[in-house]
Amino acid sequence: MADLRCDFLGIKSPNPFWLASAPTTDRETNVVRAFKAGWGGVVWKTLGEDPHIVNVNGPRYGAIHVADRQLVGFNNIELISDRPLGVNLQEIKKVKREWPDRAMVVSLMVPVREESWKAIVPLVEETGADGIELNFGCPHGMSERGMGAAIGQDPEYIENIARWCKQSTRMPVIVKLTPNITDIRHPARAAQKGGADAVSLINTINSIMGIDLDTMSPDPSTDGKGSHGGYCGPAVKPVALNMVAEIARDPETASLPVSAIGGIGTWRDAAEFITLGAGTVQVCTAAMVYGFKIIEEMLDGLNTWMDGKGYSRIGDFRGAAIKNIVDWQYLNMNYVVKARIDQEKCIKCGRCHIVCEDASHQAISIEKNGHRYFDIKDEECVGCNLCASICPVEGCIEMVQMTEGNDPRTGKPIVAEYANWTTHPNNPNAVME
Amino acid sequence: MVNSSTATGISTGRLSADEYERNFGDLHPALNAHQANVEAARCYFCFDAPCVTACPTGIDIPMFIRQITTGNTTGSARTIYAQNIMGGMCARVCPTETLCEQACVRNGGEDKPVKIGFLQRYATDAYMDTGRHPFQRAGATGKKIAVAGGGPAGLSCAHRLASLGHSVTVFEAREKSGGLNEYGIAAYKATDNFAQKEIDFILSIGGIEVKNGMALGGGRDLDTLREEFDAVFLGLGQGGTNDLRLDGKDLDGVINAIDYIAELRQAPDLSGLPVGRRIVVIGGGMTAIDIAVQTKLLGAEDVTIVYRRGQAQMKASRYEQELAQTRGVNIIHWARPAELISDGNGVRAIRFEYTSPDGDGNLVETGESFELAADMVFKAIGQVFLAEALAGSEAPELVDGRIAVDADRKTSLPDVWAGGDCIDGGDDLTVAAVEDGKAAAMSIDRYLNSAAA
Ligand SMILES: Cc1cc2nc3c(=O)[nH]c(=O)nc-3n(C[C@H](O)[C@H](O)[C@H](O)COP(=O)(O)OP(=O)(O)OC[C@H]3O[C@@H](n4cnc5c(N)ncnc54)[C@H](O)[C@@H]3O)c2cc1C
Ligand SMILES: Cc1cc2nc3c(=O)[nH]c(=O)nc-3n(C[C@H](O)[C@H](O)[C@H](O)COP(=O)(O)O)c2cc1C
Ligand code: SF4
Repeated sequence: MADLRCDFLGIKSPNPFWLASAPTTDRETNVVRAFKAGWGGVVWKTLGEDPHIVNVNGPRYGAIHVADRQLVGFNNIELISDRPLGVNLQEIKKVKREWPDRAMVVSLMVPVREESWKAIVPLVEETGADGIELNFGCPHGMSERGMGAAIGQDPEYIENIARWCKQSTRMPVIVKLTPNITDIRHPARAAQKGGADAVSLINTINSIMGIDLDTMSPDPSTDGKGSHGGYCGPAVKPVALNMVAEIARDPETASLPVSAIGGIGTWRDAAEFITLGAGTVQVCTAAMVYGFKIIEEMLDGLNTWMDGKGYSRIGDFRGAAIKNIVDWQYLNMNYVVKARIDQEKCIKCGRCHIVCEDASHQAISIEKNGHRYFDIKDEECVGCNLCASICPVEGCIEMVQMTEGNDPRTGKPIVAEYANWTTHPNNPNAVME
Repeated sequence: MVNSSTATGISTGRLSADEYERNFGDLHPALNAHQANVEAARCYFCFDAPCVTACPTGIDIPMFIRQITTGNTTGSARTIYAQNIMGGMCARVCPTETLCEQACVRNGGEDKPVKIGFLQRYATDAYMDTGRHPFQRAGATGKKIAVAGGGPAGLSCAHRLASLGHSVTVFEAREKSGGLNEYGIAAYKATDNFAQKEIDFILSIGGIEVKNGMALGGGRDLDTLREEFDAVFLGLGQGGTNDLRLDGKDLDGVINAIDYIAELRQAPDLSGLPVGRRIVVIGGGMTAIDIAVQTKLLGAEDVTIVYRRGQAQMKASRYEQELAQTRGVNIIHWARPAELISDGNGVRAIRFEYTSPDGDGNLVETGESFELAADMVFKAIGQVFLAEALAGSEAPELVDGRIAVDADRKTSLPDVWAGGDCIDGGDDLTVAAVEDGKAAAMSIDRYLNSAAA
């Protein structure tokens, strides 16, 4: 059994799986049930100033389903905690006392005033919580009031608020970033300059889930009208992976600890974020869709995989994939692959043929000896991966590297040397040696 | 030389080698990875899932299926084995259509449950291929437990006790362990010597000594075991069979289905096993179905099951009945045997009388009868517990001829537990025997840890 324990900024948890700030963490009963189920920590639902905010009294959520009504994308227009500050603080204190081995981080969002931040932070410290997370990410409702994502889109605000908080507490300060921005490196750098101990990302992405074609109302609908909400769930994972990687690759923030969030629902998702340097991972949608019990699969799956790979602790593979993420211009232009169809696995749906025909290079033939049979024409195949991506059978089409001879498509010999675009003859700016 | 299905009388080698292989290959071929992934994705991960409640061993089914979807077949198998160490055999033999799959919520929406049994087999097969054991024994406790009977109940009990750190000795009457897994289950449900492979897997936890060829009773009786061991578990199954109350019941060709199936299961070469051209099976349970289907698959021309009541009363599930019918077995309802007819050498035919239920549900004969030609008549009218094994010792209380137990599978004796087919109120299923053994082991463990032991 691998050791899954985590020490993130001095915050200890028995495993790296935390629940993200959301309805799953908005009260004592939920958090206690989550801890009982095995979650390593929580970021408590974002607290604001009294009087507490109010939510709409109707639908808060929208969903994107694929076949079989599996939910792949989720959106919400929920605001921050709609309960009095004092009640939340009391519960936080009690839960932390009863569950000392679990991480208890408290998410905060108050107006951009030094007094406001300096007033609320000591109240949290008094509960015995392990740290605070500054919610600069919520893209709906709060952002129109100059908070949440409105802060996360302005590096100067981020830096200042992080600094105010650091000045008023010994607790670690995590800045939660919004993905609703062009270049995530700028807010991350600002958080670091302000003295933040870590960043967490991503919060939700601005979105409208759909339009009802009878009522002309967006979904979710409040009395026929809708507002943009925050998008999350499996669909946002690639966006989150990229943003986490961007921060890890940026020399300025390479050593800034990250708590990764966005579309995590299985042990695999979590492991992938950890290979990009994440110190802990946070889960929201998956726990809302399936309940707290999924933690069992996540713990067991991560453990089993780590045992199989010989990793005894999380640190053994943390960041292991960062070095493999490079800019396009450094990709090896001498790496040639061809698609290969495993005829044993092929179910003869023909989709590879038609996508290659219509969207790629007409490289898949459709018959052999008068029978339906799909095969690759190496002289046409550019190795683009489209057929393998759309094939309904996992592992049926594989991209196989050519290591000798000539590429039948270009006629050029296969060479072992690495060569990238920076030196390519077609590059007007090529650096010739 | 190949005799055909129509060769008269009782004969060997009715089929070609290929036909034997095809007929006795896996009833349901294993799912490949693609099929397993597609099927696993259908599970809804229900809250308090009804399938879990319906499984006698309480396997966390949605969890093991979710683990398959994430590529964690090892963890998936562990989830299964944690509740049912015979998860591999159960995946093959459980009547899932009346257990977990009957409870699947997908039946409500689309009349098509998640194929839980097939997925369970997928995960456990993958694990067995690794040659590892999923659990580690707890530190030795120094306690010794005797298990009498090495069938599913006994082995399940032994495994759980061993994993809790106790030392277990299994006394098994036959040369091979496994009970009906080895000698009774239809051959096409447990191909490739699976029963023995699974026993090796179970025993690899350590701490279990199996003594084959040693029966309880005779020299080593229950009193002795109770003296020598801290606790005793009885998993003796049902060694006896009900007999026909008819003249001629001992004619040649009138055979206990169980005995013939055991012979079939042990036959090194099925072409050497003699089988009749015309077969009549009396009974309506799983054994009746199994003997009928297997004699048909051995090349018998005509196989007919005759059951004294209607289709709905048959203990064999609808699925099992259909399996028999699609293999060409004829099923006649509402008739009971009246006369065995001999040709001087052995049975030649059997006469049945039609029955119908009277107002109280008792059977009455209608007065009409029919005759079926038969080279072999198989009796599949139920097994009974043989209490002789307990003779000469202080014996646990019996109810309706089987051992009485409480919810913990504890008998009337303070240090004796029992489970499987030999207990009263049992379900006569492999999975129920496994659960009995496990529940008894947990109770024995509590007993040994308490002051009483
Ligand atoms: C033909 C047939 C087909 C079946 N098919 C299915 C099926 O498809 N699915 C299903 O779920 N169930 C099936 N069953 C039922 C299932 O096999 C039993 O419920 C299950 O095997 C019971 O397990 P057990 O351990 O109680 O008994 P058994 O499997 O009978 O094992 C008892 C063991 O105790 C040993 N023993 C007996 N007496 C003594 C003694 N005095 N001393 C020492 N050892 C002794 C026996 O040799 C045997 O090994 C079938 C049963 C039969 C007869
Ligand atoms: C209903 C809902 C409410 C949320 N509330 C908050 C919040 O109060 N504070 C916050 O920082 N993030 C909030 N989030 C964002 C999540 O914490 C998380 O960053 C986001 O959902 C991405 O993770 P996921 O893909 O696992 O859901 C909320 C998300 C949802 C779905
Ligand atoms: S009842 Fe069916 S869908 Fe629900 S958890 Fe069980 S197998 Fe899955």
